[in-house]
Amino acid sequence: MSLLEELYRETIMQHAQKPHNFGPLENPTVRVGGNNPSCGDQIELFLKLDGNVITEAGFTGHGCAISQSSASMMTDLIRGKTLDEALELERKFKAMVVEGQPPAPELGDLSALQGVAKLHARVKCATLAWNALEQAIEEVRSA
Amino acid sequence: MFEPETIKRDFPIFANNPDLVFLDSAASSQKPRSVIDAMTLYYERDHANVHRAAYALSMRATDAYEDARGKVARFLGADTDEIVFVRNATEALNLAAHAWGLNNLHAGDEILLTEMEHHANLVPWQLVAARTGAVIKAVPVTREGRLDLDAFDSLLSERTRIFSLTQMSNVLGTVNPVAELAAAAREKGALTVVDGAQAAPHLPVRVHELNADFYALSGHKMLGPTGAGALWGRREVLKKLPPFLGGGSMIEEVQLERSTYAPPPQRFEAGTPAIAEAIGLGAAADYLMELGMENVWMHDRQLVEYALDELSAVPDLILYGPRGEDRGGVVAFNLGSLHPHDLATALDEHGVAVRTGHHCAQPLHRRLNATASARASFYVYSTKSDVDRLVEALKKAREFFAGWL
Repeated sequence: MSLLEELYRETIMQHAQKPHNFGPLENPTVRVGGNNPSCGDQIELFLKLDGNVITEAGFTGHGCAISQSSASMMTDLIRGKTLDEALELERKFKAMVVEGQPPAPELGDLSALQGVAKLHARVKCATLAWNALEQAIEEVRSA
Repeated sequence: MFEPETIKRDFPIFANNPDLVFLDSAASSQKPRSVIDAMTLYYERDHANVHRAAYALSMRATDAYEDARGKVARFLGADTDEIVFVRNATEALNLAAHAWGLNNLHAGDEILLTEMEHHANLVPWQLVAARTGAVIKAVPVTREGRLDLDAFDSLLSERTRIFSLTQMSNVLGTVNPVAELAAAAREKGALTVVDGAQAAPHLPVRVHELNADFYALSGHKMLGPTGAGALWGRREVLKKLPPFLGGGSMIEEVQLERSTYAPPPQRFEAGTPAIAEAIGLGAAADYLMELGMENVWMHDRQLVEYALDELSAVPDLILYGPRGEDRGGVVAFNLGSLHPHDLATALDEHGVAVRTGHHCAQPLHRRLNATASARASFYVYSTKSDVDRLVEALKKAREFFAGWL
């Protein structure tokens, strides 16, 4: 399998074309923007919280298949998770795409993005939504 | 005869990467052996600080550095004392914007730019506008990818104090009629700054024929090393220009509370400069003058025409920029609705290196209705077979992403 085939799997392309949770949330608890200035990809992440638990997550923006599918799958995954659990998922996701570690089972569909680790140029695309998540959690906690 | 295949052999990078199809020279060009050797020789034989000591080695270093300044001056048809060494075109534009703008612009004065500028020719003016109260206006770009000259006529006024534009767009490849526009600006009493980052490497430049007051270039885009660029300034303008950065080398006499400054170009070269890099840039100018800039331009023109013909035959490919004599060797494109980043990863699988993103020209991409694009750019070592490999890789990418376009 070529790197290309390894990366652009059905799961990723489907999420990229029809991203889940796409659109702004009304009255979000927190809303943060993320930019990848090198390519112009943009994301805006919205979270609704009930205490410590993420009850809803949505995003808007534009970008490549990698950044869009990552945001789509991430917003699916973090719904119902506590902030600490979400941060733990972020750590596991980054271990996979940055350090090239095998995907943790909790990452579910996101394991489709493991090929990114072999393409340094695309790591920033895959982590765009996750960096926004980390920033959002920081903002909630410092508020 | 201009033989890109032969020229390619002067560039060690291609021997070390035999399968590489390098189509990103507009971002940074590759370096010929003569440039690498000039810098190595300088470090191995002539290095000491310049403009300082009275010993022979330092004199040799100073001579080599000043000799490089002379080469850049010849390359631009300028006088040696009008050439200021800087890091790159970005720094050159910042120098012009800050040293001239902060001291000459007042609230309500207008800075005229264009919509096809690189961020390097937008942001410095925004910084200066914010501090002076000057107002930024921009000449729009037409559907074909040229400057809207009617709009230029109506935007240019007595309030325009400075006009800053690119000689060649890094996205569209459009070569702007700088001489004509700068003459019109001069008539209104405005100075013209030319961003030559893309043009200087690719076409013959005679700064005085451009009716300009400043001309900025980056060495690393014209076969030279990173870290060396130049700002040309018309002598009368440079003479009156206050310093940008302060420090050693740029002074006449220093008191604790005030100083007097050296004449140009030293006034604008504070601190120890990038000596080896300047020497490398001099060697690059030599290499290009040897090839002949008319020949370089003709080669670019032939190659871009060939590329545009071939690329037009790729289904779903959207091409940006004009066709005609004013089109240089840059081709930006998108494949259907596929994000250019995904496209570039596919092209890279076939050894084809293109740039993707907004190419530091976000306002222009907004005008093109694209958030980003892929860009292939050519230079002296680019061949028709490079173009063929690009076209082939694009067709394969299109097949690969067929269901998703």
